[in-house]
Amino acid sequence: MAGDSAAAAPPERLALRDPRWARWAIFVGGIGFLALFVVLPLAAVAVEALRKGFGAYFSDLGDPDTISAIHMTLTVAAIAVPLNCVFGVAAAWTIGKFAFRGKTLLLSLIDVPFSVSPVISGMLFLLLFGLQGWFGHWLREHHWKIVFALPGLVLATMFVTLPFVARELIPLMQEQGADEEEAARMLGAGGLRVFWSVTLPNIKWALLYGVLLCNARAMGEFGAVSVVSGHIRGLTNTLPLQVDILYNEYNMVAAFATASLLAGLALVTLVVKSFLEWRYADQLALTRR
Amino acid sequence: MTATAGAWRLHRWSVLPGFGLGLGFTLFYLSLIVLIPLSALVLKASELDMASAWRVLASPRVFAAFRLTFLASAVAALVNSIFGLVIAWLLVRYRFWGRRIVDALVDLPFALPTAVAGVSLAALMAGNGWVGSMFAPFGVQIAYAPPGIVIALIFVGLPFVVRTVQPVLQDFEPELEEAAATLGADRWVTFIRVIFPALAPAMLTGFALAFARATGEYGSVIFIAGNRPGLTEIVPLLIVIKLEEFDYRGASVIAVASLAVSFSILMAINLLQRRLGQHRGRG
Repeated sequence: MAGDSAAAAPPERLALRDPRWARWAIFVGGIGFLALFVVLPLAAVAVEALRKGFGAYFSDLGDPDTISAIHMTLTVAAIAVPLNCVFGVAAAWTIGKFAFRGKTLLLSLIDVPFSVSPVISGMLFLLLFGLQGWFGHWLREHHWKIVFALPGLVLATMFVTLPFVARELIPLMQEQGADEEEAARMLGAGGLRVFWSVTLPNIKWALLYGVLLCNARAMGEFGAVSVVSGHIRGLTNTLPLQVDILYNEYNMVAAFATASLLAGLALVTLVVKSFLEWRYADQLALTRR
Repeated sequence: MTATAGAWRLHRWSVLPGFGLGLGFTLFYLSLIVLIPLSALVLKASELDMASAWRVLASPRVFAAFRLTFLASAVAALVNSIFGLVIAWLLVRYRFWGRRIVDALVDLPFALPTAVAGVSLAALMAGNGWVGSMFAPFGVQIAYAPPGIVIALIFVGLPFVVRTVQPVLQDFEPELEEAAATLGADRWVTFIRVIFPALAPAMLTGFALAFARATGEYGSVIFIAGNRPGLTEIVPLLIVIKLEEFDYRGASVIAVASLAVSFSILMAINLLQRRLGQHRGRG
């Protein structure tokens, strides 16, 4: 969207010119709004994190609880993102390459997690696996822990990030159709060969784009994991939960130092995302979420 | 989708393999992660009969939380609709240095973890913060009061309207505006009578998406809200509180009610779009 607009910059059309006052109002209003609501909060994270200088900043980041939160965040994302990636490819293959009944229903079911509040997403797994939950009793008898432990964090994260890869791939694979794959098949390629040599090269950038967004959300999710984590320091805390704990202890510098890691992740995500949109605009799905 | 004459078939025959495996895995995974957990919620809520469920929802604290959540979400979505249009206009119609950066920044609220946005906005808007201290001398409190909640929800919903209006504006044919101009309309009349009607459906979609997202938002709001029961307590927080009190039934009733509202809004928008002929679904 953003990628091709510059190339297609139209010659000046006089009828489309807004009055000078309107141009200024739109420019100042738009930029001012973004500065106030987007740039200022980002700047505040940096300033608050460095309030006591770089020494305090790095020593706060070296805190054992923060280190273990980093580990936890990476572990959860390392499990949830690949699984949702496999799901996304399978769903997009099925929906994009075949005609079958109930496709529209399946499409809307995949979107469901986007419209469920994060808190409710986490709560679902509490209802299933918590002590009072459906499987709570059975799990306790077998000494298995799901909520207030890593599996619960992973499940909640998987729920919240489930649509990202699928949503990116489905419109693209629907648009590409099955012609190329059918041709490869007719020429004697087996199913896996068709996927690796025909389908995957066609969707690789969209796949990366989806994984990027999925990962950003997986690492930054707060509401859902907050409900299932039990807030056990050094054990079930991810980075966003660590920010919460430090902030509530009025340990502002440490809270913002931890937050700055997540803000950095968000900025890197945006840069890579913008690069993909600019470089591979034609190979990404037309729809943005 | 055309069914072959005669026997009922789930899918049209294809030379490609993997339909059964793909559909099977998709449904299995979806059931495990989404459908079974969601049905657990509905079953839990239905353990209470209608009268007791109503008593939960009608209690003053819960009612106040719903009113605050929906009001604040509506105000935030409205502000985002207006400024979303302004930003989309800026990005599509004007050429200026740094436009690409501005375009990328619009997505920051999607990328920035909500807890980070929450602590940062709270620090900015508090009485001693950069923004809060400007308003404090006039007795205006932003953080720990409803305006703070609205601000957090504006942040969270900011990209929706921009991203729904932007493509429509991009595809809008300039000839229509030129025709309006040759017929004597000035810029303002052209905007109101020609451009705005074409953008209105997209703005409505953006409004609904921002609103639905705001009603469920938790992370960015709880730090700035103050969380006083009946005054600045939002619905998702109330659910968390009920869960911490092990009142799973009460929490489920509130959750189902809030999901029902957000699903019906999204469904209404889908129907509306279909009627406006904008639905481009395939298959």
